[in-house]
Amino acid sequence: MQPTVPAARIEDVDVKISVLVHAAPYTHQAADTAYQFILAAIAKGHAITRVFFYHDGVNIATRLAVPPADDRNIQKCWSVLAAEHGVDLVVCIAAAQRRGILDEGEARRHGKGDGAANLAPGFRIAGLGQLIEMGIQSDRLVVFGA
Amino acid sequence: MLHTVNASPFERTALTCCLAHAVNGDAVVLIEDAVYAVVKGSTASAEIVAMTEGVDLYVLGPDLAARGINRAKLIAGITEIDYAGFVDLVVAHTSSQAWL
Repeated sequence: MQPTVPAARIEDVDVKISVLVHAAPYTHQAADTAYQFILAAIAKGHAITRVFFYHDGVNIATRLAVPPADDRNIQKCWSVLAAEHGVDLVVCIAAAQRRGILDEGEARRHGKGDGAANLAPGFRIAGLGQLIEMGIQSDRLVVFGA
Repeated sequence: MLHTVNASPFERTALTCCLAHAVNGDAVVLIEDAVYAVVKGSTASAEIVAMTEGVDLYVLGPDLAARGINRAKLIAGITEIDYAGFVDLVVAHTSSQAWL
């Protein structure tokens, strides 16, 4: 299906796009829509500056989720996206700590014991500054939520 | 400006709010449960038709298909797009607003 946007309005240049996701996986569609949107943007040659996961959106980043085999694995979709296309996936640290999403360093810092870290491959935990920065560094910011 | 709406009009007032703020030349993309808004003959569609003058209205085809909504059921004047078309709309407008 061809987009019916008038051709004159579509810029020929590649655009830097950043994406904010702040709804929970499997509860809302935001994580799925954002993922499909990013795949389409990459296919068109646009650059994805960063994806920032905020609020319940941080739950996408747990490696411990085990959805049924006949369902999509949202975390794996994103981890593969990071591995194959080098997309920077940033999880908000405050939102993540509230919900028990920890990397090695945070698990240690909070005395959660060995093996407690559950941040999935391809994701990194950082602060809100990363959200502001991606807004500054990209041409477009698209928000997907509940 | 590009507006995105993702909630059903039977659940939230996001689409009405969006259309009340959209100005001539703006585009509105209906995604996720918001696609229910453009089914012909519903209580929501009359209001939408009245409010979309001067605004380009788009609906995400894969979300229509996921909900079993046939293209023949769409109100007139709405353009169906795919994810690539969604990307083009984002590129074509310097800013976007998600009505969550």
